[in-house]
Amino acid sequence: MDVLIGQLTTGLSLGSILLLAALGLSLTFGQMGVINMAHGEFIMAGCYTAYVVQQVISNTGASLLVSLVVGFFVGGLMGVLLEVTLIQRMYDRPLDTLLVTFGVGLVLQQIARDVFGAPAVNVVAPAWLSGGVEILGAVVPKTRIFILVLAVLCVAVLSAVLRYSPMGRRIRAVVQNRDLAETSGISSRTTDITTFFIGSGLAAVAGVALTLIGSTSPTIGQSYLIDAFLVVVVGGLGQIKGTVIAAFALGFLNSFIEYNTTASLAKVIVFVIIVIFLQVRPQGLFTVRTRSLV
Amino acid sequence: MAASLVLSGCGSKASDTEAAKSESCVDTSGPTIKVGSLNSLSGTMAISEVTVRDAIKLAVDQINADGGVMGKQIDLIGEDGASEPTVFAEKAEKLIKDDCVAAVFGGWTSSSRKAMLPVFESNNSLLYYPVQYEGLESSKNIFYTGATTNQQIVPALDYLKEKGVKSLYLVGSDYVFPQTANRIIKAYAAANDIEIKGEDYTPLGSTDFSTIVNKVRTADADAVFNTLNGDSNVAFFREYKNVGLTPQDMPVVSVSIAEEEVGGIGVQNIEGQLVAWDYYQTLDSPENKAFVKAYKDAYGQDKPTSDPMEAAYVSVHLWKNTVEKAKSFATKDVQEAAGGVEYDAPEGLVQIDGDNNHITKTARIGEIHPDGLIYTVWSSAGPIEPDPYLKGYPWAAGLSG
Repeated sequence: MDVLIGQLTTGLSLGSILLLAALGLSLTFGQMGVINMAHGEFIMAGCYTAYVVQQVISNTGASLLVSLVVGFFVGGLMGVLLEVTLIQRMYDRPLDTLLVTFGVGLVLQQIARDVFGAPAVNVVAPAWLSGGVEILGAVVPKTRIFILVLAVLCVAVLSAVLRYSPMGRRIRAVVQNRDLAETSGISSRTTDITTFFIGSGLAAVAGVALTLIGSTSPTIGQSYLIDAFLVVVVGGLGQIKGTVIAAFALGFLNSFIEYNTTASLAKVIVFVIIVIFLQVRPQGLFTVRTRSLV
Repeated sequence: MAASLVLSGCGSKASDTEAAKSESCVDTSGPTIKVGSLNSLSGTMAISEVTVRDAIKLAVDQINADGGVMGKQIDLIGEDGASEPTVFAEKAEKLIKDDCVAAVFGGWTSSSRKAMLPVFESNNSLLYYPVQYEGLESSKNIFYTGATTNQQIVPALDYLKEKGVKSLYLVGSDYVFPQTANRIIKAYAAANDIEIKGEDYTPLGSTDFSTIVNKVRTADADAVFNTLNGDSNVAFFREYKNVGLTPQDMPVVSVSIAEEEVGGIGVQNIEGQLVAWDYYQTLDSPENKAFVKAYKDAYGQDKPTSDPMEAAYVSVHLWKNTVEKAKSFATKDVQEAAGGVEYDAPEGLVQIDGDNNHITKTARIGEIHPDGLIYTVWSSAGPIEPDPYLKGYPWAAGLSG
């Protein structure tokens, strides 16, 4: 029984990590259609932001909360810089975007290596997040509960912004029909930059949170990038709820398969399931209904 | 064999006589002798291998300051293996054929060593390889100055057995070293009534250990044997500590975590856990104190010394001692003279075993302390004879096959 509870909580936790890593991508890739291979490096930037902030603020609890905010702006500004300098020039050339952002990702990794060194650095988790909570015989680390709460919070705020704020309405309008939105007086340039800012900022927020459970090294983004893309593709482009459901579905699937097989085999089986799923439903779980002719 | 030696001469400067050909193009006439260092200075392995390069350079500088080898100053030519086995093979070929070095020091991953092995054999040159590895190999052209399995893994198992450990859980990264190490561990366990409660591998670089730690926790073994590599250790130990597992309940013995890695994992997450190596910075001997001081003076007071660095430092000195015994830089003479060559290393006296080109080493179990350093809690009775094929261990009969 406690094994079942253990794996349920593991799946929930894994799902929330996937969700956090994929949430930013669901905006930049899902809504805007930009294949940003440097998304993982924005996550890494969040990790190192947490490290730098911790060097300045020695109180680990305060530094974690401050880095979540600082990280959002660091990631967001990096995203805007990338969008303005490179991505905006190739909106109609997705394959070029893929290659260029992949290159940018490698450059960012090497910069991190030169600045912080190749060895992983240590971000100390606050004392109130160390240890675990016992739930029906299974022990769940507090850091994972924190990540789950943070992921839910991010989704709630993002959905509210998209649904109720004028900016959110503009973003949705541009996603659904760019030309019509423009003729209605919405600047698609400003909207693109805003969307990219939020998406990249969320990636860095994920990075800050992930320092609690993993290592902070120049290549850390790579280990989340593919999973993040999988979540967005399975969830369906353009819908936050698809990303949420896909993240938790993959989290549970992975944790139960891994428990009964091995970590390597679980990855293979999950991939096979995803491939079969996409054969049946290439558009993912949910799609945006659009009146656009393209 | 003689024919292959003759065929492997590298030409340009060799004269027409067969004897000269087998001596390759190494130039021993001048006041200097060239040797190469080949380590990953870029890519994912750079973190570890740069320190090995530094240790090699330190040994070379010290030998030069003391008058060199047979009166010749050593000219160290550094190359970058870039964390790619194919680059290692290419650069090894370049060092041997273009730079005409007398010996090369370096390599870290087993795949880099396996890629270089045919290059050194076909050119009949010498490689000094300074890292603990999975054993089951012995080449006339490679000197192995890191531990083989009977100097690291087997003593660690002996230690656990002595401590009354009756069951083990094996966790490792999914590649050659952990797989081979775990085969040895399982053979040992079968012969010594130790139950293997589980065996799990994760892809290299894997960052989520909640399922594995959950399995380890429910399996309730007496100890965990950890052959994870690199960043995975960070995620593993953080998860391990956060679900409330302690070194007192279920100690983890690691074979790939040295002094430099402890900082990245966070000492608060790994304090009290055990590691198995042959050398720690804290060893109390005049040779080690001199080595640590020289290293820190050269590269920074905050830089720790670790097992592979020490083995690399030792390998240069062993080469010097062998050359001086052979009174020749030629590969064939060095190979013949190598057996029995000794050096008073920071880890204690080491001696080359002429039969398999490995060296004797003292195995030590260390405990990680809050200061981030590792302190010896157990060491083998004396230096252990290298036995890369585990021929002296009846339980290992089926392994080398």
